Amino acid sequence: MTSFLFISSGLFLGWSLGANDAANLFGTAVSTKMVKFSTAALIISIFVTIGAVFGGTGTTETLGALGSVNALAGAFVVALAAGVTVYLMTCYKLPVSTTQSIVGAIIGWNLFSGSPTQLDVLSKILGTWIFSPILSALFAMVFFKIAEYIVKNCRIHLFKIDMFTRIGLILVGAFGAYSLGANNIANVMGVFTKTSILGSLQIGFITLSNTQVLFLLGGLAISVGVFTYSERVMKTVGRNIFKISPVASLVVVLSSSTVLFIFASEGLESILLNLGLPTIPLVPVSGSQAVVGAVIGIGLAKGGRNVNYKLLGKIGLGWVLTPLFALIISYIALFFMQNVFMHQVYL
Amino acid sequence: MKSIFGKSKELEKNIEEYLDIVEEALLIFERDINRYLEGQYDLFEENLDDILTVENNADDILREIKYKLYTYMLIPEARGDVLNIIESLDNEVDLCKKVLMQFSIEKPEIKDFIVADFKELTKQSLKSAEQLVRGIRTYFEEISMVNEYVNKVHFYEHEADKLEERIKRKVFSTDQIDDFCKKVHIRHFSERLAYFSDLAEEISEILSVASIKRSI
Repeated sequence: MTSFLFISSGLFLGWSLGANDAANLFGTAVSTKMVKFSTAALIISIFVTIGAVFGGTGTTETLGALGSVNALAGAFVVALAAGVTVYLMTCYKLPVSTTQSIVGAIIGWNLFSGSPTQLDVLSKILGTWIFSPILSALFAMVFFKIAEYIVKNCRIHLFKIDMFTRIGLILVGAFGAYSLGANNIANVMGVFTKTSILGSLQIGFITLSNTQVLFLLGGLAISVGVFTYSERVMKTVGRNIFKISPVASLVVVLSSSTVLFIFASEGLESILLNLGLPTIPLVPVSGSQAVVGAVIGIGLAKGGRNVNYKLLGKIGLGWVLTPLFALIISYIALFFMQNVFMHQVYL
Repeated sequence: MKSIFGKSKELEKNIEEYLDIVEEALLIFERDINRYLEGQYDLFEENLDDILTVENNADDILREIKYKLYTYMLIPEARGDVLNIIESLDNEVDLCKKVLMQFSIEKPEIKDFIVADFKELTKQSLKSAEQLVRGIRTYFEEISMVNEYVNKVHFYEHEADKLEERIKRKVFSTDQIDDFCKKVHIRHFSERLAYFSDLAEEISEILSVASIKRSI
């Protein structure tokens, strides 16, 4: 029971991820009525959970290497600090990243507990924050040009384009949900993996390890976030933030999902290793910032008009402010948890 | 329950049918006007029902398109524009019927010296409408070509305007028509014929905006 109580902060973080980040996947599709909300919510819930349970270990190891939160109360505070930071940043309408806040919160725990912060891991993580929106923009430019070429030259009837876009939005949305689950579950549940005592679970022929059970719970929390709150966020995303066509929205979701996927895929890592190529670090990256990167990529592919460069500034601000806030909140909250609520926050 | 593939195909077919009917209406109109101008009044009256049948068919298909566009939830982004274009195009079909009826009822006296101009005006004005229909087809299939047709619509509209003015000048400066009322009557019919191209130009503007909105 105590275990459940302490992971509640992680579940809250999962809920907010479901409410906010998942909305990026189907925002335009739902607000333009290309896909029904119920269909979108069901697809996200299923695939985000599959991604979390079966693809989430790679990024979790990286976060674990940054800081090994070894007491349940400490993990609770770290996740809570990250959740509060996400909430605060959302109030200031910054493209908030759960990733950046959890990293800040973990460093806060490292400082509080006197554990060393692995600088090489930290620099790897920071590098991907900058690299992921850029990569997403590059993918978006390529995919957009391909889509534009097909629409202009292949004489496809408007109704067929509509049909293909609809199917594409569903498939890409499912891929995006899987990637989001695989890449971002570490943010939600990663800090609890060292301390969780949930045990393993047998579902039919599949046996889930302790970590996978934790990720399953995280996936379910994300799903609850999707069903309870993401509809209004999707409509805001579709109508106010990214006023783009359904085809462009398909490109945005595909580009950002591909970025999330390549930074989470252990399969891709082993393929690159076998080919003797440099591997891509498995790091949780921000879905929202990848989306912003992709939208800017489309703007650039269209000739650089209508690109909202202020958004770029906001991303940069987010890189600095989010981890900093999370670090401070985490440090202060750990102090209170240890000295006021008398819980051991590190071993 | 029909699949999205089936619904999409069905609507695509309805719109094709509708555009075919509009083209048919324009052809019937040109044929009948030529008969009238050539003095084949009996033949003109005998086949007047053709345009009524075509106009009824157009209305039926238009109703079906409207219903399907909104109940099938296809092209949510563009359906308002599609409906606007198709409904505006229906005015061309209605105009075919109205003008032929006016010729049949009012029987304007078109003197020999302006028959050729009237024929040319009809031809240029209808060409403008034909280019519009082609432009609408490309809106669905080859968006990048829409502007080419919109430009042609403008060109033929301009030609029709010049012919309309030429007819008016000829009519009001001639001694071959004594009665001023008859002159005004002919002017009215020249304006009615030129209106096909004016209407086509108006719709082509809607089409042009819709095609910009459709760019990905």
